[in-house]
Amino acid sequence: MTSTTSPVIKCENISVIRGSATILQQVSLHANRGELVAILGPNGAGKSTLLGVLAGDLEPDSGSVHFGNRQISQLDNRELARTRAVLPQRVNISFPYSVEEVVEMGRGPKLGADDQNLVESAMLRLDVSAMRNRLYRSLSIGEQARVSMARILAQDTQLLLLDEPTAVLDIGQQEKLMRIVRSLVDEGRTVIAVFHDLNVAMSFADRVILLQNGKQVASGAPRETLTASTLSSIYEHRIDVIKVNDDTGPIVIPSPRSRD
Amino acid sequence: MNDLRRLNPKIVAVALTIALIIVVINALSTGAYTISFTELLKVLFQGPATNSGTDSVSHAIFWNVRLPRVILAIVVGASLAVAGVVMQGVFRNPLAEPATVGVSGGAAVGAVIAITLGLSRITLGVQVFAFIGGTLATAVVYGLSRVDGKTDIVTLILTGIAINALSGALIGLAVFIADDDQIRTVTFWSLGSLGLATWRAVAMVLPLAIVGIALSTKFSRTLDLMALGDRSAEHVGVPVERVRLQTIAIVGLLASSAVAATGIIAFVGLIVPHILRLVLGPKHRDLLWSSALLGAIVTLLADLAARTLLSPAELPLGVLTALIGAPFFLWLLRKMRSSESTWT
Repeated sequence: MTSTTSPVIKCENISVIRGSATILQQVSLHANRGELVAILGPNGAGKSTLLGVLAGDLEPDSGSVHFGNRQISQLDNRELARTRAVLPQRVNISFPYSVEEVVEMGRGPKLGADDQNLVESAMLRLDVSAMRNRLYRSLSIGEQARVSMARILAQDTQLLLLDEPTAVLDIGQQEKLMRIVRSLVDEGRTVIAVFHDLNVAMSFADRVILLQNGKQVASGAPRETLTASTLSSIYEHRIDVIKVNDDTGPIVIPSPRSRD
Repeated sequence: MNDLRRLNPKIVAVALTIALIIVVINALSTGAYTISFTELLKVLFQGPATNSGTDSVSHAIFWNVRLPRVILAIVVGASLAVAGVVMQGVFRNPLAEPATVGVSGGAAVGAVIAITLGLSRITLGVQVFAFIGGTLATAVVYGLSRVDGKTDIVTLILTGIAINALSGALIGLAVFIADDDQIRTVTFWSLGSLGLATWRAVAMVLPLAIVGIALSTKFSRTLDLMALGDRSAEHVGVPVERVRLQTIAIVGLLASSAVAATGIIAFVGLIVPHILRLVLGPKHRDLLWSSALLGAIVTLLADLAARTLLSPAELPLGVLTALIGAPFFLWLLRKMRSSESTWT
């Protein structure tokens, strides 16, 4: 477990170079206990690459990643699996495994005594207990997303890395899933997530970092960072940020007028 | 809602064991010379020792012909079916099978090379060459059929075709070089048969089969996790690259030792796991043991058919399993194409 003083995850000056292309350039990021950090930016900005570096899938060409006090390269597969769980954009599962079996996969290679409890509570939390005996492959995309989320929750790690968890969900499912994610964060977990939907980040994230062409162009609290001028410049389209009322956060919409 | 129409694994295990016993008794008594059940028991309890004078024809046939053949069928069938399960798990595809992807072909080439080099006189010479050929073929198939960390099924099948064509050519070449005696053995290897079953063959295959099947059960949980795909399997703590190498070595061991004893017997490793996945679901813990049992049953039945259908002539076993297996493979291929998600 990580002490409350040092960040759960911290990366510094990450650069990733593929051939002649620089995918990420000197990106730094950290996340604490009880914090949801959103990685935002246009297509090709390097969001998923950054998430891959944080997950330990990719070794950066320069820079460092630390989980607590330990460098990521010091951790083997199993230690990594106890440290962070990763939700990919979509998981195709070969062979007709049931929902319960898929969630149980989150427990990894060695099943222990308390595993069933973690599996049950993860299924309960994502509201998939009732479909435990259905085949994962027969579910709708939205249901599969919930089951996959239950699977990584069953992994029971401090840190959750989510790659566009809401991309395939309708607005109702999206809201439901994000409330669950938010409640996990409020209980002390750490979530770093890539989002395409700026409004999701605006409503749920504690901090956002904005990437453009592999560079970190802005970061901070969503309301201060996701401003009309910053977003318009990053997304190369005029974007408005409108305050609706005092209860909900501002909403981000592309402007009907073209960019000047 | 419940999609799971699965049977209790314990009931299936008991049913398969009972079926195996029944098939074994039938296989032991049926043939060119019929041995009745009471006579079976009698010669069984007489033991293998030959007491001159009191020995019956039944005794000789039972101990020297039928029993080694039945045991070899069990061992080879179990090995091939388990190799199929492991291979399908690690390739994440139900179409993978030792024979269709070329492992058996590679092993047969190894065996044939050993024979033409005159290595069959050396103990385990043929087996070692079969193992090298089979493992090499597995590695080639696996290396070539992977694109971006995923097994591409079309490439997998095409690679299998290429390797099978190559092994066919090499075996043909060996036939060209070989003398008449060797040709007989070479043909045996490419068609597959239990006709040469001896205690010596049993003694060579049995230990390898036991080791291979026991090792494969160590991977049952890991093979389940491989269904998530390489990346996600790694994320939950599976050392994917290492598991892949180890399981491929197991497949090589099982398939090659089976081929070394009986030649190429195709499709057992395809049909058996498929049927059991329908009955039990895909969890490897249950699938591995039940496949060993059903693999033994299917191979015994096929061999029984091979030696009784056109009696006294004997059909090559590999020909028979291919006659049944190939249409099944085509049906499976068609079924999978209609449900796109099963491709990966």
